[in-house]
Amino acid sequence: MNEMLTERFTLDTIEMRAAYCDALIAAAETNPAVLDVEADVQYSMGTKRFKERFPARCINCGIMEAHAIGFCGGLSAMGYVPFFHAFGVFATRRAFDQVFLALAYQDMNVKIIGGDAGVTATANGGTHMPFEDIGLMRLVPNMTIIEPADSAMYATVIPAMANTYGNFYVRSCRRKVTKIYNKDATFTIGRANTLTQGDDVAIIACGIMVYEALKARELLLTKGISARVIDMHTVKPLDTACVIKAARECGAIVTAENHNIIGGLGEAVCGALARAYPVPVEQVGVNDTFGQVGTQDYLMKVYRLTAEDIATKAIQCIGRKQK
Amino acid sequence: MTIAKLAAAAAEIRKLTITAIESAGYGHIGGSMSICDALAVLYCDIMKIDPANPDMADRDRLVLSKGHSGPALYATLAYKNYFPKEELKTLNQNGTNLPSHCDRLKTKGIDISTGSLGQGLSLAAGVAYGSKLKGYTNTCYCIVGDGELQEGQNWEAIQFAAHHCLDNLVLLIDYNKRQLDGYTEEICAPRSLAKKLQAFGWEVLEVNGHDVEAIRNALLSIKRVKKPYVVVLDTQKGYGCSFSEIEGFNHYMVVTPDMAETARAEIDRRHHQ
Repeated sequence: MNEMLTERFTLDTIEMRAAYCDALIAAAETNPAVLDVEADVQYSMGTKRFKERFPARCINCGIMEAHAIGFCGGLSAMGYVPFFHAFGVFATRRAFDQVFLALAYQDMNVKIIGGDAGVTATANGGTHMPFEDIGLMRLVPNMTIIEPADSAMYATVIPAMANTYGNFYVRSCRRKVTKIYNKDATFTIGRANTLTQGDDVAIIACGIMVYEALKARELLLTKGISARVIDMHTVKPLDTACVIKAARECGAIVTAENHNIIGGLGEAVCGALARAYPVPVEQVGVNDTFGQVGTQDYLMKVYRLTAEDIATKAIQCIGRKQK
Repeated sequence: MTIAKLAAAAAEIRKLTITAIESAGYGHIGGSMSICDALAVLYCDIMKIDPANPDMADRDRLVLSKGHSGPALYATLAYKNYFPKEELKTLNQNGTNLPSHCDRLKTKGIDISTGSLGQGLSLAAGVAYGSKLKGYTNTCYCIVGDGELQEGQNWEAIQFAAHHCLDNLVLLIDYNKRQLDGYTEEICAPRSLAKKLQAFGWEVLEVNGHDVEAIRNALLSIKRVKKPYVVVLDTQKGYGCSFSEIEGFNHYMVVTPDMAETARAEIDRRHHQ
């Protein structure tokens, strides 16, 4: 096991959004250009404490995401580093042309935080459940896309983002998730974390699916299969060196994402492998359909996103290896 | 600058606009010609800018939200020596720094890239808000088309700017009554722009958009009254020469060297009348 991993997988003591807000405040303490731009979901996104700490640096636009993204572009043109918060569906799908033109096309410096990744939108249901946001953002040139597996990433990655010029999309969720990393874990944007070694199959996951991948590894171990688990927290630019190394050494890849299998992490991995080192791949993800209301556990079963689903695909994938 | 010199500048900018579009062979003539007078007043008399120092931090900014009218802005920037006038002949050529729609990464003097209609005012609001945070006393000007105001994002930005008292933001509406497919009145009537903007909490001025003295006086009368200002420019699409004024479809036209020569002579003739 990797020394970055926590010894026991238990529920985090801090909500994802609280850890994010701590990191944003820390970034703003040292970088006076950091601003907080909101679109009337500040309570949900957990950034109220930023407003209390820096009232003059928090601007709530109200329910106008298209305008808010353009507004962030204008702030960036004046040298500011806006962090824009909205639910993932509205931050990306609702304001896609604005993200494309007002930010990316003109090389602005705006950080978009899209909340409620995939099934974590739970009771808000299909209208609020982004299964397409990674796909949309992958199509935007030069957009960096990050989906953290737990709260540990924020403390280093948010200040790093504030000090790295360019447009970023962070796919976040608000509640407590299972703790993956210990407090000494390190993260580099664009560099995947290999969490466990293994050479029968590699499971490449992001977000809440990293924990499912680690559980799948345990299931596979009982069948004598050793699985490598990789946290691909930066979906774009993809750590292709890590992907190709896993393909060479394991010969079979399973991708796992809380997102449509069209346009997401799995397709990014498939593209990299097709170009450089083709091996069998199986994708765990939402199969080209819409969200719905339900508890997270229920939805993960409905959309076949569980550890058991990953383990099943891993065995299928190993069976496809050329003997 | 005297009114006579401003009128001469506007005529020169119109001729340079024609020359740029002539070099490409075709282009957005109608909406470019209708804003030449406002651009002349802004860049020659009103805006705090320094063409020798185009990145001056506390300069005034212009967001040309109707980005397809880039040729008129390029002509203005060339007139102000941001780049050589000869470069206008590269409009839309392969590898050019002067693309059909404004691009801040390519063209010296362009503050914001535009082209997807309806987005510029939000960016301008960000520039204005950011300027206030910096403690600057500058102004951000934004030009939108009347057809462009059909895009809903404008009304988000209009509401936002009033709420945040962005009195360093000045919107100019090129009220030329026409859009690509015809007359705004027939496609989706704007009704009273002045009353709508007033209802949203803006200070409204209405002027003849082809009278440089009227435009100048309007812009000079603007006060910092904790409200954003809008100047409705009553204009004519394609204004300045006969071929573009009388053409039924003048949004985008082929311009031959003969047409351009005739147009430049006519612009001179009208200017000296």
